[in-house]
Amino acid sequence: MRKKLQSTTYKYLFPVAAIFILLIIWQVVSMTGLVPNFMLPSPVDVVKAFISDFPLLLQHSLSTMFETVVGLLIGIITGFFTALLMDRFELVRRSLYPLIVLTQTVPTVAIAPLLVLWFGYEALPKIILVVIVVFFPIAVSLLDGFMSADKDTINLMRSMGANKLQIYRYVKFPGALGSFFSSLKISVSYAVVSAVISEWLGGFNGLGVYMTRVKKAYSYDKMFAVIFLISILSLILMRLVSVIQKKSMPWDKSKK
Amino acid sequence: MASLEVKNVCFSYDGKENVIEDINIKLNENELVCLLGVSGCGKTTLFNVISGLNKPNGGQVILDGEDITGKPGKISYMLQKDLLLPYRTIEDNVALPLIIKGEKKKTARQKVGKHFAEFGLEGTEKKYPSELSGGMRQRAALLRTYMFSNGVALLDEPFSALDALTKSDIHRWYLDVMEKIKLSTLFITHDIDEAVLLSDRIYLLSGKPGRITNEIVIDEPKPRSSDFALSEKFLEYKRRIIDELNNK
Repeated sequence: MRKKLQSTTYKYLFPVAAIFILLIIWQVVSMTGLVPNFMLPSPVDVVKAFISDFPLLLQHSLSTMFETVVGLLIGIITGFFTALLMDRFELVRRSLYPLIVLTQTVPTVAIAPLLVLWFGYEALPKIILVVIVVFFPIAVSLLDGFMSADKDTINLMRSMGANKLQIYRYVKFPGALGSFFSSLKISVSYAVVSAVISEWLGGFNGLGVYMTRVKKAYSYDKMFAVIFLISILSLILMRLVSVIQKKSMPWDKSKK
Repeated sequence: MASLEVKNVCFSYDGKENVIEDINIKLNENELVCLLGVSGCGKTTLFNVISGLNKPNGGQVILDGEDITGKPGKISYMLQKDLLLPYRTIEDNVALPLIIKGEKKKTARQKVGKHFAEFGLEGTEKKYPSELSGGMRQRAALLRTYMFSNGVALLDEPFSALDALTKSDIHRWYLDVMEKIKLSTLFITHDIDEAVLLSDRIYLLSGKPGRITNEIVIDEPKPRSSDFALSEKFLEYKRRIIDELNNK
């Protein structure tokens, strides 16, 4: 009982206290005028800005979230099929793998302007950027998961007369779930950031567009508000992934 | 019904020297036959051939009069590791061979459910393999093997990964279960005690390439108790086997 109490204390009380102390220091610094208020607005100002602009923020985050989620889904689907083909056919793996690694050395921020030039100011170039960012970690982690399937287990399945599809279904797919979810958790935050970055470069809607506007107006309080909103959205998505992982991997007791 | 014959089987990997040569084995219905030999004499290779995973360079594998050489999916095969899938419950693991054969999940579960008590596994249906002890996992693996079998099972050192106490426990359990179910079993081991205690006949496999050098009949009524393992007769069998193996 006591041990349990202690562990929950450690889990929540201390980090929350640390955040509070940081906020208080920040508030004091901006109130005493140590840093000019327009450069570093106080937490209270940020909260005020967040509340007053909330309807607008909500509207912009809807389009950012739309791009993120659609990009994620497309990235997962294409990553899945690429990994599947690379696992199934050695020739595909040998030819594609180096290419995929090579594309990772191209900085995504650098291709974002090109995408805008090619695909315009609507949601499409943003979604494409998210897909490009998400595709690699998903494809590689899934391929890893598929290829690390136990040889003896596959032999056993074959001795039971299982066909290729059944081996994927009962051994390789569930076996790859763990590595898939750990890469997905990283991918979601990358996805949000990429959507925002590509919105900076031009568009009509989205948190990135909002950011460039408030920057031009020197409204630093709103700037901070939107930064917090972005990290909150990332956190929510990551949390969502954890929940889905728990639901789809009930055997994984270590993640309790 | 369920008998197995291995005729003149040879096997080599990629055209190199033969790993096993001229293997002849006969397994009668409900018989438990042991393949005993030192490590590296090709026991597992032979099982891969019999189960159909590898095609022999020569010879035939015949199950109930049907030639099944190089055809997997006919004979059930159990390995040293339990190989239970960690993400399936025990019940679903055991039902897997039936599901692969195309049965509905529900009927497969019902079919395997009947045997849990027989195998001393009651209460583990909804658990995951990680929640079970090594001995219990091996029991579940044997039940899975049984569910899949057409009356013939190959067991490749199924108990060798267990510690000595669990092992003697599971031997008692195994003899007990074998009384209740009908299963012709070919059993690999390098443990002489295990071979004498469990089997009706023992084939000795040795040499390079591996050949069957001798056949020993253990003429002792079943069910055998653990007293047999301490008897004079048991030691005689054991001495004979050791002499045979050393002569080669």
